[in-house]
Amino acid sequence: MRIAALVIRILRQFIRDKRTLGLMIFAPILVLTMMHLVFSGDAYVPKLGLVDFPEPLQEQLQLEGAELTDYDSISKAETDLADKQIDGYILFENQAPSIVLEGSDPSVNSAVMKWVQEAFQPLQQNSLSKELEIEFFHGSADMGQFDYFGPVLLGFFIFFFVFLIAGVSFLRERTTGTLERLLSSPLRRWEIVTGYVLGFGIFTMLQATIIAAYSIYILGMLMEGAFGYVLLITLFLSLSALTLGIFLSAFANNELQMIQFIPIIVVPQVFFSGLFNLETMSSWLSWIGPLTPLYYAASALRDVMVRGYGWSDIYPDLLFLSGFSVLFFILNILALKKYRSI
Amino acid sequence: MAKRKIIISTRNVSKAFGKQQVLKSITLEIYKGEIFGFLGPSGAGKTTLVKQLVGLDLPTDGENHVFGKKMPSLPTMERIGYMAQSDALYEELSAKENMVFFASLYGLKGQHRETRIRKVMEIVNLTDHLNKLVSNYSGGMKRRLSLAIALLHEPKLLILDEPTVGIDPVLRKSIWNAFEELKKTDATLIVTTHVMDEAEKCDRLGMIRDGRLIAVGTPEELKHNTSSANIEEAFLIYGGAEA
Ligand SMILES: Nc1ncnc2c1ncn2[C@@H]1O[C@H](COP(=O)(O)OP(=O)(O)O)[C@@H](O)[C@H]1O
Ligand SMILES: [Mg+2]
Repeated sequence: MRIAALVIRILRQFIRDKRTLGLMIFAPILVLTMMHLVFSGDAYVPKLGLVDFPEPLQEQLQLEGAELTDYDSISKAETDLADKQIDGYILFENQAPSIVLEGSDPSVNSAVMKWVQEAFQPLQQNSLSKELEIEFFHGSADMGQFDYFGPVLLGFFIFFFVFLIAGVSFLRERTTGTLERLLSSPLRRWEIVTGYVLGFGIFTMLQATIIAAYSIYILGMLMEGAFGYVLLITLFLSLSALTLGIFLSAFANNELQMIQFIPIIVVPQVFFSGLFNLETMSSWLSWIGPLTPLYYAASALRDVMVRGYGWSDIYPDLLFLSGFSVLFFILNILALKKYRSI
Repeated sequence: MAKRKIIISTRNVSKAFGKQQVLKSITLEIYKGEIFGFLGPSGAGKTTLVKQLVGLDLPTDGENHVFGKKMPSLPTMERIGYMAQSDALYEELSAKENMVFFASLYGLKGQHRETRIRKVMEIVNLTDHLNKLVSNYSGGMKRRLSLAIALLHEPKLLILDEPTVGIDPVLRKSIWNAFEELKKTDATLIVTTHVMDEAEKCDRLGMIRDGRLIAVGTPEELKHNTSSANIEEAFLIYGGAEA
């Protein structure tokens, strides 16, 4: 009854504050769309120069997939390379090909190298006569970077906005004195935290549904598993973001100080959640990952969205996430003791 | 004076924030059905004291008993209506939505809740602005709405921290009339103020200065004992005697 009143009030405030509502739903959609456009553009077509390349040799190579220019001297090729007209040029001296790259953009470098390997394959004497067959255990050949980043980003945005909005709401409750008024009523401390969890829980379900549906059905993010699991994971994640945000708001005196937690608490989680390969991370840092909620959420989201796994594979992650929420929940009840000892 | 029922008994209460001693050994009794005023300049410790009576803060020394129970006690807190010094309202909600929310916390529902909301809004003269957003309220209107919320659950003890700050004299008079009405229903009121002429309207006064209770009595007694013409003079004399 009292909790229901609290939940209704929180939802009412959400509906009144159209701008925050819009921020929580459209900001993630906007950023995900931009990410999608950046990472899912067409494959890069390398621009290469061929310097003094013997005609018969050219006929043996597979030269599709690159923009080629013929040069009759190295110095001309070098000038164009310096002007960034071409990404590299190929020489053929002493019966062996060699390549010079412009080299300042790693992604261009690897596109060129990939092309060169394919182009020169027919020359290799002992190349396999049959093409190597590649099978994908998960994913597929046309799975892009966005499909791999996507689940982590989805989790990150939900964590980010729920953390911030819940933290600021609770902070306001404290600075405007309404928290004191709540605590002068028969409301129990755990009821306050529960009311917040439910009110924000309902709202994040809505938020997560819209953002996930948009990413999957409109942006075409890879989705092998069940949509319901995605919602379940985001719900658990947002509960941890919510309880953590409320807890940390006790250590902030104004909205600006709440925002100061973002670079310290929220952003670093992205680096440990598998956006970048965790195995290549320095070992003196990698232990941080398992201490952050986003780590588990990202792993579970990837299991569902990329690998198509279900309950039996994601429940350990969900268990860890609920562990965080329970811990923060209890810390919140204790923190409220500062305002009323019973 | 007939033997009167004690509602609040404050026993040797002291409070320190770090090294700063904010309340110094206050002992006091407040009786049923009276309007008791705490009078003192800003920073004297009035808010600190009434917060303890509401159960929101603890003394470093001594005890507060309200309705015979040592504070803080949740069942006792339910019987108190508290209006803090800050308005403590949800600005993005309407007055009605604020009322419905706080009323629900005290278990009021349905028709009874509606009746109570109408009643208290009449008392503070805000009936015409029930559906306005609080963010569109003026300072005085917010103060009155805050008071109305404290009255919602018909508490038998009202603790009001500077209830009439920012309210014009005409409305202030009507609010004091409302206090008198509440008193007739056997409610006890505790009001803090730093306005001397307002203090005259209280049944009894406790003068607080630098965390010390320097005098307690009816306005008449206090004036008589110091042979002063008004409360302000009496306060100065009590304060001077202490210093
Ligand atoms: N939470 C607190 N921490 C430290 N000092 C406080 C706190 N609350 C009040 N004080 C100090 O206690 C003194 C009395 O404050 P207060 O009770 O608000 O006075 P009043 O209500 O009479 O104006 C002030 O000097 C104030 O700075
Ligand atoms: Mg005060």
